[in-house]
Amino acid sequence: MITRLDVQHIAELADIGIASEELDEFTHQFNEILDYFDLLDQVPEQECQRIPECNIWREDEIIPALSQEEITRNAPGTEGGFIRAPRVM
Amino acid sequence: MGFPDPYNAFITQCEPEKKGEGRLSGYTIAIKDNISTRGIPTTCGSRILEGYIPPYNAFAVDRVLAEGAIIVGKTNMDEFGMGNTTENSAYGPTLNPVDTSRVPGGSSGGSGAAVAAGMVRLALGTDTGGSIRCPAAFCGIVGLKPTYGRVSRYGLIAYANSLEQIGPMARSVEDVALLLNVISAYDSRDSTAVPKPYDHAPDPNIQGVRIGLPEEFFGEGVDHRVAATVYRAVERLEEQGAETVPCSMPSMQYALSAYYTTCMSEASSNLGRYDGVRYGLADDFRKHWHQAFQEVRQKGFGKEVRRRVMLGTFALSSGYYGKYYLKAQTARENVRADFARLFTMVDLIAGPTMPTVAFRLGEKSDPLSSYLADILTVPANLAGVPAISVPCENVHGLPTGLQLIGRYYDEERVIDAAYAYEQTTKKGG
Amino acid sequence: MGVIIGLEIHTQLSTASKLFCGCSTDYRNDGPNTHVCPVCMGLPGSLPRINRKAVEYALKVAKALHCEVCEEAEFARKNYFYPDLPKGFQITMYDRPLGVNGYIEIEGDDEEKQIRITRVHLEEDPGRLVHMGGGDRPRYSLVDYNRSGIPLLEIVTEPDLRSPQEARRLLNILRATLEYLRVFDGDREGSLRVDANISMEGYSRVEIKNISSYKGVEKALTFEITRQKSLIRRNQTIDRETRHFMEARGITTSSRSKEMEQDYRYFPEPDLRPLRVRDWVEYIPLPELPSARKDRFMIQYGISLNHARTLTGDLRLADLYEKVARVDPVLTATWIADTLLGELYYRDIGIGDVPISQFIELLELLKKGSITGKGGVDVLRILLDEVAGKKPVEYPSAIVERLNLGKTAGNEFLHLAKEVIANNPTAIEDYRKGKKGALNFLVGQLMKKTKGRADPRELGAILEALIAGKETEV
Ligand SMILES: [Zn+2]
Repeated sequence: MITRLDVQHIAELADIGIASEELDEFTHQFNEILDYFDLLDQVPEQECQRIPECNIWREDEIIPALSQEEITRNAPGTEGGFIRAPRVM
Repeated sequence: MGFPDPYNAFITQCEPEKKGEGRLSGYTIAIKDNISTRGIPTTCGSRILEGYIPPYNAFAVDRVLAEGAIIVGKTNMDEFGMGNTTENSAYGPTLNPVDTSRVPGGSSGGSGAAVAAGMVRLALGTDTGGSIRCPAAFCGIVGLKPTYGRVSRYGLIAYANSLEQIGPMARSVEDVALLLNVISAYDSRDSTAVPKPYDHAPDPNIQGVRIGLPEEFFGEGVDHRVAATVYRAVERLEEQGAETVPCSMPSMQYALSAYYTTCMSEASSNLGRYDGVRYGLADDFRKHWHQAFQEVRQKGFGKEVRRRVMLGTFALSSGYYGKYYLKAQTARENVRADFARLFTMVDLIAGPTMPTVAFRLGEKSDPLSSYLADILTVPANLAGVPAISVPCENVHGLPTGLQLIGRYYDEERVIDAAYAYEQTTKKGG
Repeated sequence: MGVIIGLEIHTQLSTASKLFCGCSTDYRNDGPNTHVCPVCMGLPGSLPRINRKAVEYALKVAKALHCEVCEEAEFARKNYFYPDLPKGFQITMYDRPLGVNGYIEIEGDDEEKQIRITRVHLEEDPGRLVHMGGGDRPRYSLVDYNRSGIPLLEIVTEPDLRSPQEARRLLNILRATLEYLRVFDGDREGSLRVDANISMEGYSRVEIKNISSYKGVEKALTFEITRQKSLIRRNQTIDRETRHFMEARGITTSSRSKEMEQDYRYFPEPDLRPLRVRDWVEYIPLPELPSARKDRFMIQYGISLNHARTLTGDLRLADLYEKVARVDPVLTATWIADTLLGELYYRDIGIGDVPISQFIELLELLKKGSITGKGGVDVLRILLDEVAGKKPVEYPSAIVERLNLGKTAGNEFLHLAKEVIANNPTAIEDYRKGKKGALNFLVGQLMKKTKGRADPRELGAILEALIAGKETEV
């Protein structure tokens, strides 16, 4: 059973805002869905097949970067070629 | 400005371009809006990507342009591919051209509707758990999910990386095969891509092809009228020389749980990059990072996306990883093993694409009941095998789809069988 | 009280391109966000591609550290959200690293000892954040993604270190090893970063993050030991926590964040395939490593253990030594280890900037005895001042001539010696009574008069001879 408090904790862990009026709805839906997921408890053990593909890589070669203008064009805030972000301290 | 779009199939319409030379010269094509297009907004049906203009093309887009196709626009979709109705879009729902009170299916509903309505000849969709085949079935067109690794995912905005593929949608099997041919060239930028370009013209000769009919595809939860229609379609294939074999896929019982656990887990990680810093909906820069990040995600993502991101976070969190994520991977192994076993006995597996006809708009308001409708499409994604949906008879005027699933990289046989069936329907039978 | 220390070392690998994209890793002289592409910017739809060279470099290190290479290594996602982390996760290795169970030999506090290596794995570096608005409460941040995607090697040791000095020595030998393997460029900003775990035997473990220099490691650990010991003395508890090292103030502070309960939700990176590279290892040639080179130096050049250790502790220093050793291996070792290093450090000059042919000529002058040790130091200082001032570097012979530093044979100072003897009868008396110090005093007086151009030992001999009345012999 998932409680409203659990849902709040999951939202915090997922770093997603959740409005208090959404809590009941989410709690109800999470319980329904997670109950359904309990079917996974019945999954029989199965030897994991080795993925045949491995060692997929590239050589150490320089490919020209995008220009500073191109790379920062989509950013909501820029300053002297840097991209702006909220403060972290 | 632009062209009329009565079904809200498009999020962005493109300036008409001159047609180029190539195998798709002059063909109009619609691109699902989670496939990156240089200089053309790409939103994934989400507010969070508002204003984002990719500086590069997805590999599949470069391929269709190189073959002379004309991009008409970017099509509507369930936000980040999360849904099977195209109602979960920040740009409003797309309507089913066959019946505008119904959904076109999803998540590639815009592509499905645009093709079905004749607005374009071809469309690119993406299929994570049925997102090409579902709208193909609901709108009455052909849609193919290629083998995982057949088409480069470079430029496809990730929802669930280990499950999804870009694939062709069109009104005929021939067009689907042609578009697959164009987009399946090898691209080393996708480390999960395999150099096996598709090169085969559809051949309706299916003499001696063995087709398995798993009981689970026709059982509980499947509308009996849909099941009956698909049985009749299979009979047509038998008339063409195919043999049918009754069989069973026990892993189907937990396939849906495995699918949703996996896609939610991967999505919770994939969607962490939408933080309002480098692109998309802007953060409130006056706030602290943590708060601004939570708010931008609350504002920018719709409810279904937030639900899946939260559940995926939960499924990966310490203490639950073993119960959910790891168990889902074991379940996937069981699905693969089931297919492997069946494909020693049969060449193809057939069943309905969707258990019902297209839902009414607003009918699937409860998330779990909407998830349950994916039961017949997710097995192919979990295993990575190719699957096509080809239209069969209507049920009460609404399209249904025959789903054909094949062995890894055996799109040839999948396409040939679909083509053989399509030919029988064209003879007016 | 026993001290228990383990280190987590992050070091940049010196590949030409980044770990998962083709952007150049050398952005030292370029503006922000000039070495960035859709992949290292985390643009939607971009996909990573493994740089083969980075894997090879990591394997080289794993081999040099005597690790077992895992049969299958796999990249995983470490999920956390920060503006310098463009994808919302870092691609790293989690339960399937490249190498495990290795060791490295260090000179311990008591004897040579092995420090066990838990694991070696590859991961990508995040971008760089600048805090704007100053003071304790910045208003916003600026991000530069040039560093995003630079290949990092993480090396984790077991808690086998017993003192900050051992920790520093481990870092020194590790750095030398990485340089010898040619997988590391110590000149790059942020090329080596360390997190340290430290506990007093029987007490909680504290993690110190954010240490970005060798000296910082020793300082941070020393501070932490003092802090923890004083808590224990006062019967206060040591919290199990993460602390940050403030380089400028030399202290650690509690980060008091929620980092303690951080849940990274690791899972295998679905965009990449596993690595099966164990078979490569036997084909990867290892160069001569520091300890082998140290042993060779002692045998081949006949130099002391201490000199050999100092000279081989830095690849460029060892190379420099071998370039100039032919003049006279022992003399050269002494000059490099005991004089040159200090003079370079004082002027902040790199080993690579030592003017080789001038240095060789200086050693030749010293060997021939054309200048004294003191004169040699003077010449070296002038040379290095010219290097530091970016001036043309003179040849030692020219400097010697210009400043008249040439060693004058002792007998040319005979008359000066006679003067000294005449002027210091008391000292002569003392000397004759057997006071050794008296001779030293007289030599000192004579050195003053010769302005350091003569060899003190030679002057001593002249004085002794004069006092003994054997003037003719000198
Ligand atoms: Zn890059």
